[in-house]
Amino acid sequence: MTGEPVTDGMENTPVDAATDADAKADWLPPSRHAIDTQLRSILCDVLGLDADDVEKFDGDTGLFGHLPELDSMAVAGLLTEMEDRLHIIIEDDDVDGEMLETYGGLLAFAEAKAIEG
Amino acid sequence: MRSFAQWPAPLAAKGTSEEHALVFNQGREKRLLILPALFDEANKLRRQTVEIMHRLDLSGIDSVLPDFPGCNDSMQPLEAQTLDSWRAATAAAAKHFDATHLLTMRSGALLAPDGLPGWRYAAHGGKQMLRSMLRARTIAAREAGREESTAELEQTGRKDGIELAGWKIGPDMFAALSDAATPSSETLADIPREAVPGAGLWLRAEPDEDPEQADAIAAIIAIGLSHE
Repeated sequence: MTGEPVTDGMENTPVDAATDADAKADWLPPSRHAIDTQLRSILCDVLGLDADDVEKFDGDTGLFGHLPELDSMAVAGLLTEMEDRLHIIIEDDDVDGEMLETYGGLLAFAEAKAIEG
Repeated sequence: MRSFAQWPAPLAAKGTSEEHALVFNQGREKRLLILPALFDEANKLRRQTVEIMHRLDLSGIDSVLPDFPGCNDSMQPLEAQTLDSWRAATAAAAKHFDATHLLTMRSGALLAPDGLPGWRYAAHGGKQMLRSMLRARTIAAREAGREESTAELEQTGRKDGIELAGWKIGPDMFAALSDAATPSSETLADIPREAVPGAGLWLRAEPDEDPEQADAIAAIIAIGLSHE
């Protein structure tokens, strides 16, 4: 439909928040995509899987506790590799069950860290 | 043909210990001493290291993969070993087996004796290696419902030594590794990352081998040695 005004579908959002959301929308998607790509590539390397298999991971795909090869040493290697490739620092307190349980959890964590850093 | 040999490794305290080495030895002119990756990475890369040796053998190059005191079949306790005693051991192995060249794998680069030319594969310091091992321990502790912090474990490691991922590391070894960044080397060339296709096998959750990567590493060494 030509001529349809473009909206964010949040008509009642206060102006400040809308501006903030727009500002984020400008740069977040590519960066989020880049982190997603890198994280999948790290998982490929750690799990020894084909890129096609890891490409099928979605937010609910189980990791620690679901994939037998991901023991504590493998998770430690995974986190250290994330630090190296995503240029983030992961503290002891960051590591919890929620973050490691699913691909979605790990991705959300990596994104939060990347923004923080 | 591959076989096992014995060699006398000097110990930290005093005396020597007879240690094993896996060798491809036909008394040939080009003789490569391989310093393996350390601890957990040693397990992950063992098969691959032997794959590389097998290829070098077919290219007319002898190679030796020594066990350090405290590792594999050694009768020595691992916690009594230090980085310096392993350095002395590698120098002794180079002499014992008349090595003409060196290949270090990952943190094996920390043990390279002076004077031998050769290559380093994915050289890596002790600091980063310990970071992964300490983290594995804190994650396992948390799984078991205990809280351990990396900072506390580091203190313990420096003071009393520590067991990480099943490896009992003495206080001297722990401190030396903690302080060891990736070393620089004037006599050893780094095998370029882009020359070896795919991801490093030390990243894998389980030990594996990769024929293409072994081909690439062996080819770089064989070509390098044929030009000498």
